[in-house]
Amino acid sequence: MTVTAATTAEDVPTPVSVTMTKALNQALRDSLSEDENVLVFGEDVGRLGGVFRVTEGLRKEFGPERVWDSPLAESGIVGTAIGMAMAGMRPVVEMQFDAYAYPAFEQIVSHVAKMRNRTKGKVSLPLTIRIPYAGDIGGVEHHSDSSEAYWCSTPGLTVVTPSNPADAYSLLRESIASEDPVIFMEPKSRYWMKDELSLPVQTAPMDRAQVVRVGSDVTLLAYGPTVRTALAAAEEGAEHGLSIEVIDLRSLSPFDDETVSASVRKTSRAAIIHEAAQFGGYGAEVAARVTEANFTHLSAPILRITGFDVPYPSPKLEEYFLPTAERILDALESWDWEL
Amino acid sequence: MTIDVPTSHRSLPQLQPVSFIGADGQPTDVPTDGLRIPSDRTLLGLYQKMVQVRRFEAQVTHLTRQGRLATYPSAAGQEAIEVGATTALAPGDWLFPTYRDSASLLTRGVPVTEILSAFRGDWHCGFDPNEYHTSPAATPLATQTLHATGYAMAAKLKGEDACTLTFLGDGASSEGDTHEAFNFASVWQTPTVFVLANNQYAISTPLREQSNATMLADRAAGYGMPGLRVDGNDIAAVFAAVTAALERARNGEGPTLIECLTYRMESHTNSDDPTKYRDAEEVEHWKQFDPIDRLEKHLRTAGVLDDASAAEITASAEELATSVRDAMNTDAEVDPSELFAYVYANPRANLATQQEKLEAELATAAQS
Repeated sequence: MTVTAATTAEDVPTPVSVTMTKALNQALRDSLSEDENVLVFGEDVGRLGGVFRVTEGLRKEFGPERVWDSPLAESGIVGTAIGMAMAGMRPVVEMQFDAYAYPAFEQIVSHVAKMRNRTKGKVSLPLTIRIPYAGDIGGVEHHSDSSEAYWCSTPGLTVVTPSNPADAYSLLRESIASEDPVIFMEPKSRYWMKDELSLPVQTAPMDRAQVVRVGSDVTLLAYGPTVRTALAAAEEGAEHGLSIEVIDLRSLSPFDDETVSASVRKTSRAAIIHEAAQFGGYGAEVAARVTEANFTHLSAPILRITGFDVPYPSPKLEEYFLPTAERILDALESWDWEL
Repeated sequence: MTIDVPTSHRSLPQLQPVSFIGADGQPTDVPTDGLRIPSDRTLLGLYQKMVQVRRFEAQVTHLTRQGRLATYPSAAGQEAIEVGATTALAPGDWLFPTYRDSASLLTRGVPVTEILSAFRGDWHCGFDPNEYHTSPAATPLATQTLHATGYAMAAKLKGEDACTLTFLGDGASSEGDTHEAFNFASVWQTPTVFVLANNQYAISTPLREQSNATMLADRAAGYGMPGLRVDGNDIAAVFAAVTAALERARNGEGPTLIECLTYRMESHTNSDDPTKYRDAEEVEHWKQFDPIDRLEKHLRTAGVLDDASAAEITASAEELATSVRDAMNTDAEVDPSELFAYVYANPRANLATQQEKLEAELATAAQS
């Protein structure tokens, strides 16, 4: 990866307010500038700049041969991206909404994930599939799915998700530069989240989790949209004398066992928080592997605070479905704290 | 007042499949759709390859029945399509085959052991795609049509000369990916040739239950792409059609769909039972359209093939069969540790842990 770090004092730009959308946009712009093999295409990503404006201005800047609107067919988008990657390109494609990635499921699972293996490493597919995901935006049905478990249970895929603008920039740059194909999941409800930062920025390596709040009583494991929720719970918990550590997983596959185990061994209690349904969800894998590695250090079973095992609800009901800080703190109370 | 619509030229393929050499080996009077019959010298080369390919298919099918291969989908009877289309490619073009196109891999120069790697039960495709400009054979139906389109798009964007060719069948023509590939290729005007081997069956399902279209080549018109139908058992027609389509593609005139009418003479794979869905008379009927017999008659009439040269060609095919038997008579060497080696370019701790466990199991097993 070649994110240029500012070296001298006068090179350091003044931090400005940057949304996640803007950070992603800049990551694409910088990748397009640095590597002529980077291509951006998908539904409405050209003239419109994407329905979330992540690709805004890129077609104008780089031309329709680098950034263009494709026909409306997700399997076609991913399938042709595979062919382009075989020809040495680094395509970055957008699935307009989480649930609209499903037509591409076969191409992703049967080819994107397996090409390198079935060619004994002769053909890598350095392509990035951007998937806006999760809810809390008042979306109508099929616009708020969290599909991470499907991708994470597929060997051959790398799955990352940023929770903040700085990571959005850094993780996307690193994903595009990766030789392995990456499912890049963008939390829709955090697109408009702002942070003070100066771009380019390089955060932790893309396969590492980050401790985003230090605590000693409990470890909350969160990613994408639920990091902010976990931080809110930690804030509120502190008012009640509970010291909560929050880890932003960032990389869902691979999973950073080292960072998580170190935290759990310190706190002896952990909960995983996600929007997706609980049964067979990503939290089940996290609870199992963290327990396997740290059982004797745990004082309580690892909890999963997640969406219900029902289809993602309508806008009027999503507030009852989504994990909240209150629900997290209630769940933590269910433990026997004497142990 | 009516809605303004753009008007552009649109035409359906001719109904009668283009055919230069009839089943009797005689020239046909079918309109040629602008195509020209290849020279007898070219046809002799194609004949030789078809004889090789047929012997290869027969030998591999036989070895599969003996249990030397896990499974094998034969293209027996479809040699004209496999050989004709593949031979028309330039070395720098890319081929995107399916599981039934081992014969095209053989024609492309991929060594026998590498072609049969996956069918022998190994976990990889066997050959280096970059060396042969050939993608691993796709098993999920029609998925490769999009890869061919994407590869061609990249070549076009880079200003490279490469075209792509992909095979698909009548069954795969029902898959969504086929339609998406036709559409993307035509919208993007990629240098892609879609060779649709209409062999009348998708495992057991006959064409009439697959599609209600007058002919599958008609679909091209709906995507704004030229389509044509050829006699898929006349290699002169297949080679001429693919050569012309590649020329169009190389000239920047976009993709072409070529429907090749043929018949799957063998079962779908060795585990299939065709007696349940087609009768012997039907198979007999199609034998009279055999692609090799008719070309042999034509070449003998033209005076470019005689008993001596035919015997040489047969002998060379027998040599190939011997090399296939020799190659398949030894068990494929598999290394369980390799299961972990190529999944990711960036190493993963969880795979390393699992590999260590497997290697420990193997070491224990070796000691006992």
